[in-house]
Parts: sequence; C-alpha cells; structure tokens
Amino acid sequence: MNRVVITGMGIYSCLGKTLDEVRDSLYNGKSGIIFDQERKDMGFRSALTAKMEEPDLKAELPRNQRVYMPEQAKYAYCATRDALKDAGLDQDYLNTHDVGLLYGNDSSTVPVVKAVDIMREKKDTTLCGSGAIFQSMNSTITMNLGCIFKLRGINLTVSGACASGSHAIGLGALLIRDGLQEMVVCGGAQEVNPYAVGSFDGIAAFSTRENDPTKASRPFDRDRDGLVPSGGAATVIIESYESALRRGAKIYGEVLGYGFSGNGDHISIPNVEGPSHSLEMAIRNAGISKEEIGYVNAHATSTHVGDANEAKAIYNVFGDQRVEVTSTKSQTGHEMWMAGASEVIYSMLMMKNDFIAANLNFENPDEDSAKLLIPDHRVSKHFDIFLSNSFGFGGTNSTLIVKNI
Amino acid sequence: MEKTELIEKINSALAEEFEVEESIIKPEAPIKETLQLDSLSLVDLVALIENNFGVKIKGTEVSQIQTFGALYDFVYDRMAK
Repeated sequence: MNRVVITGMGIYSCLGKTLDEVRDSLYNGKSGIIFDQERKDMGFRSALTAKMEEPDLKAELPRNQRVYMPEQAKYAYCATRDALKDAGLDQDYLNTHDVGLLYGNDSSTVPVVKAVDIMREKKDTTLCGSGAIFQSMNSTITMNLGCIFKLRGINLTVSGACASGSHAIGLGALLIRDGLQEMVVCGGAQEVNPYAVGSFDGIAAFSTRENDPTKASRPFDRDRDGLVPSGGAATVIIESYESALRRGAKIYGEVLGYGFSGNGDHISIPNVEGPSHSLEMAIRNAGISKEEIGYVNAHATSTHVGDANEAKAIYNVFGDQRVEVTSTKSQTGHEMWMAGASEVIYSMLMMKNDFIAANLNFENPDEDSAKLLIPDHRVSKHFDIFLSNSFGFGGTNSTLIVKNI
Repeated sequence: MEKTELIEKINSALAEEFEVEESIIKPEAPIKETLQLDSLSLVDLVALIENNFGVKIKGTEVSQIQTFGALYDFVYDRMAK
C-alpha cells in the first residue's frame, strides 16, 4: 500500500489568492465577508457573501478554452495552475505521466439560467452559444481542467454537497494507496453569485446579521443565526511518497486517513451518529490514536443544529481530551463544494507555521460547544497531525487526517 | 444600412468576439481559418450574426459561406428582404 503525500497547494479564496496571503489572513483573523446590495435588491433574506473577484484569464488562455469555463472553473484553473507550479510540475511532466483529476463541484447555476432565459425568449437553441452546455454541467471543472492541463488519468467530478472537496482528496488518496494512480490533482470549487444560492437563502439557512458582516459567521457561538455563503477554489496535488521522493519534491504532509459515512436520515438536518462514525473511521484508517491529533478543523458552518451536532460528535470521539477545535468558516464563510479542500490548505498552513487561527466571533459557548476547547483568539502551537471534517446535505460526511512531514 | 457600414459592423463584432485583429478580416479570407473556428465555435458565429443583425443562418447555409465576402453578401441580402 502506497503512502500518500501532499506536494502542492493552490488557492483562490476570499482570504487571498496566494498561500502567503491566505496564511497572513488566517494569522491576523481577517474576515472575507461583505454585504452585497445586489442580493438585497433581488429579494434575498440575507445579502451577506464572500468578497470575490472573477479572474480575467484573457491574457493566459485562448478564447476557445475560456468560452467553456463558468465562474467556478476560472477559480479552479487559478488554484490548479498555482498548485502545479508549487509542486514543481510543468507541462512536460503532465504530458508524460498519467496524472488524475478529482474535483469537488455540485452546481453550475449561471450558465443554466442564461441558457434557459435565451431558450424561453428567443425560441432558438443556437443562440445559447457553444459554451453553454460545457459550462452548465456539474462536471464542468474536471472537463475544463483536464483539457487545459492535458491530464490523462482519472477524470471525475465529486458531487458530495458541502463535503465534495474533502471526498475528492480522500478518494484520490485511495487511488494512490492502491497503486491505480501515482498522482492526482484534487480540489473543490464553488461559484459565488446570487443565482447559485438564492434557493438556499430561501430556506432561511443564512445569517441575517447584515449590520455587521464580519460578525455574521460565528461557528459554535451561542448566538449564531446561520451560515454565510462563500466560495472560490482550492487545489492540492497528492502523489505517492515514492513519486515525491523520485521527483525530489517538497512534501507538505501525508494524508494518513480518510473516513466517511452517510447519515441515512434527514435531507438537511445532520445527526450525531453519522459524523461520529466518519471521525472514528478516519482515525482508525490513519492508524493513530486520537491523542496524537493536535488540531481539529471543524465543519461548523454557524447553523444552530449543525454546529451543535458536530460538537456532540467531536465530544463523542475525543471525550475530555483537550484538543483545539476551530472552524475557519468564521473567517471565510461557508465555501461549500470547495470547503473540504480549502480547509485542508488552511489547516496545513497553520500546521506549517505553528499556529491555530482564532475561531472568530466565539463569544459565548452553548451547552455543546462548552465541552470543547475552542480558542476565540489565535493560539501559538506546534502540532503534527490535524483532522478536518466536512459534512453535506443528504447526510454525506467526510473526514481527513493529515500528518506533518 | 449601407453595405460598407454593414461590413464595418460585422468586422468589428467578429474581431471582438473571436479576439483577432480586425485588419486580418478581408473579403477573400476564409472565415474558419482566419477566426480559428472549429465545429463548436461556428455556433457562436451564427449566434453573433443573429443577435447583432437579426439574420438567421441555417445549418445548411453555414457550410456554403466560406469567406467573409460571402458572409457580407448573405447578411446584406437577408437584411434587404
């Protein structure tokens, strides 16, 4: 069984577009959340979102590649371009090796809306243009990145709601462990536009603390009132340890364990048993004792039931072991399909720089979060193993455990 | 619209959409090679003409329009009708 290591990272997020920017944002407790008047004008309950700029790729990619890319594919391109460079991989390497691609994505709303508007108004499907079909499909990220970077290994989109990015890394690790792939580009991307989250806003899942956007995402806090939608893209390059050694690659860490479960329960309300099972499986799969884990990056999105049940699950597994638990969503909002991948990068940056970012806005615990060690300020700490949770609608759970190298 | 004005407008729209220098669009030049169109992006040419000039080019007609000159004539004739 091959060991699986992380050798490259790239990110395009509301905390920054380079690893250094993101590290500094985490260190300084910067929030990426803003009030978006456009959403208010559209009738949203909550106008809160991440501050994002769509990249202009005109100077980098020809029209006949860009025309197939929706917003989130552009984020994913930037993150992947940077991750490949970070891993020391050039096009020659990609051309001569079977590199896989597993990317989390679970929507592509704007191209669908645009095409349907044209079909209804014009009654002429040709006017949808050549890019609409490729932009509209859920697999838009993997089809675009696979063609742009000429990747010839597995090419598959992972749609596991808000656990998509985490499952992508976990599944990629399994392929490498089993020797089916030597290297896989993994990640997650999330579109950031009103149409993508309008119906999500409609089920009253979002925080309405609009008068103070940076205080709105408050995971584990007693007075939390919902999540803040966010997005971007994050890419990690994983490969076998032997491959990394052979290439003389810089190694960030090792994917030690992957755990997963389905709740088999309510479509939106998470339970405690499913997440607990995912955590336990990941620890077992990693072959470590829970006492070796020095930091838990929680899924906690700032919803009442979700955070409470995750706190219960973490307490179920860790008991009275005092391990720091934070949710970086207090800074980023909920990056949804991207979150599982980005939070591995956030946790890795903290592990490499000996700190744990503050769980922003954790002012008062509730009865469940009071049982956990949740720092409301940045903590200086050296740790060598972290655990990262990602849970999604329908009760899909994913847990990754990563070790410092 | 005078034909010279129409030609200018078509050239300008094509240059912007397909990101080429307007100077390479000449009446005798082949459309596909000049604009680097494949079977997919040909759809965008049809959509551009319909959206900008209200002229619909049917699938069977596209293959007969090989040069920009032929395109100008096609659009001008249809607009005149």
